[in-house]
Amino acid sequence: MNLNKILKNVFLVVMFGLIVTACATKKSVKTTDSTTSTTTKAAETEKAVPIEKLGALMQGDVYIGSDTVGELASGVPDRVFFATNEIILTTASRETLRKQAAWLRQNPDVTVVVEGHADERGTREYNLALGERRANAAKDYLMTYGVSSDRIKVLSYGKERPVDSGSNPLSWSKNRRSVTVKAN
Amino acid sequence: MKKNLYLILLIYFVLKPSIGFSLVEIDITRGNLDPMPISVSPFFTNNESNNKIKNILDIENLGSEISKVIENNLVKTGLFDAIEKEAFLQKPDIAHLKPRFEDWALIKSQVLITGKVTHKIINEKDYINVEFKLWDVLGAKMVDGFSLTTTPRSWRRVGHKISDKVYERLTGESGYFDTRIIYVSEEGPKTQRVKKLALMDQDGFNTKYITLGNELVLTPRFNPADDKIITYMSYFRNMPRVYIVNLQTGEQKVVGDFRGMTFAPRFSPDGKKLIMSLAKDGNSEIWVRDLETNIQEKLTDHPSIDTSPSYSPDGKFITFNSDRSGYQQIYVMKSDGSKVKRISFGKGIYGTPVWSPRGDLIAFTKLHKGKFFIGVMRTDGTGERLLTENFYQEAPSWSPNGRIIIFYRETKSDNDGQGFSAKLWSIDLTGYNERLVKTETDASDPSWSSLLGN
Repeated sequence: MNLNKILKNVFLVVMFGLIVTACATKKSVKTTDSTTSTTTKAAETEKAVPIEKLGALMQGDVYIGSDTVGELASGVPDRVFFATNEIILTTASRETLRKQAAWLRQNPDVTVVVEGHADERGTREYNLALGERRANAAKDYLMTYGVSSDRIKVLSYGKERPVDSGSNPLSWSKNRRSVTVKAN
Repeated sequence: MKKNLYLILLIYFVLKPSIGFSLVEIDITRGNLDPMPISVSPFFTNNESNNKIKNILDIENLGSEISKVIENNLVKTGLFDAIEKEAFLQKPDIAHLKPRFEDWALIKSQVLITGKVTHKIINEKDYINVEFKLWDVLGAKMVDGFSLTTTPRSWRRVGHKISDKVYERLTGESGYFDTRIIYVSEEGPKTQRVKKLALMDQDGFNTKYITLGNELVLTPRFNPADDKIITYMSYFRNMPRVYIVNLQTGEQKVVGDFRGMTFAPRFSPDGKKLIMSLAKDGNSEIWVRDLETNIQEKLTDHPSIDTSPSYSPDGKFITFNSDRSGYQQIYVMKSDGSKVKRISFGKGIYGTPVWSPRGDLIAFTKLHKGKFFIGVMRTDGTGERLLTENFYQEAPSWSPNGRIIIFYRETKSDNDGQGFSAKLWSIDLTGYNERLVKTETDASDPSWSSLLGN
């Protein structure tokens, strides 16, 4: 188990490096601070653009817009998004989770449930497992930033609770998510 | 669930086929053969019996209804064509005594089914006796038949038992009509689907809802050794766990004491063990629990997702899907978890392997180039055949004779979520005879029972 965890973390670090390299040329990932503001603004303006340009709300196939995103607390987004079949946390996801962790450290009485979700393009049972992995990826990251494991429950819904009911790549990208919900 | 009914087989007089039996037989391993023309005569009921039965069941003519059950079953196999009853030249009572074979040959019928329904009182309780005969029109003789007595309420099951007998006699394969399907009934918008366990006869009648829809329920499966027992997964109290339910008593219990989500349950062929997945700390492994000794054991040990296990009918092997190679693929291992071997090597992602009750094939779901397929392959992964392609479909389950696969299919929704539906479908192993299985609501996750016991 421990070895698995270590391996997973090594993997995350390696993937982090890869993603940063891969995205280095893209505007939205200049610094961590400007990332969120850029993406949020981009999402807001893009809401007005014609439907054929909605693809710009995704980076690769990870959703980067703000539609459906709620708040765990003021200024703390409640969810992060994943690529198809993946559990890797993107730069933006880690930014979100660090905000969640910071808020949770400031509010030590709060416990949370991290819900893991998948899109509809996979078999039901596999998606239950995938949702559980996604929720745990988020949980592990919160723990890395100082939230103790007994404050975080995980709950996989697989593909059972989509937020967007469309059958198209953008809808699916919004549904591949983990959502941190206050439990008390 | 109410207490079970069911058939009291009192008499079982099997009429021996005459020697030199020459009835046309059907080779069901072929695909699109010409259906055999059959006539199912309305079962004769005399006035006295008919009036009494009408009072009990509120059915105008039970004999006629039973013949419709049989006809519907047989026609849906794609192997038979029913001749319109208006064309029949002989009355049901006389035909049942001794058919005039020339009359039936004249309307091109190769096979004739006749019967008789009689009301009976045994120990002051109402019963019906149903007699049936199967006739070879060309050979001009009776080839099979039986009589059974049962409670009036189980009249549809009599129709199914007769259908099974006819099917077995004409195809040489065991039947699958006196069976049930358990599935998940779905209602409401896609984002807030309400799901209930539902049970129905194989032909879509007698639907009963087992849960109320208060919690999410998924993947019900019959115990192949006992059709009163099912397993499924429930989100009761937001704790997704595998349960076992006795449909007769309503007794329900969580399986094992696992810290983590248990899912993807299936019984062993003898019903004494349950295999399932346990997801914990971001890793899903396959476990087996002995239901008699309550000993549980981990069978896989890999950081990837291992799930959707299914036993071979001899209980010696387990097939499952794993993404240890990068994507979901199908694997086979010995039932103790040793000798894991990947068997799917085609293009695409493979999941939900289910071993055929005959043992020779594994049915699966495949995703390739954005399309979902239901297919079968041999247990070593060779001989892959894709039976049907669609936008989304999965979760194959075999008919007990291994000839038909039932699965569910979802339609694409537009940006507002309109146009979505989930329905049960069945398809012949040959890839022919694809049919919508009618359900009262939307439906998914079907599981086919074994032939029902009493």
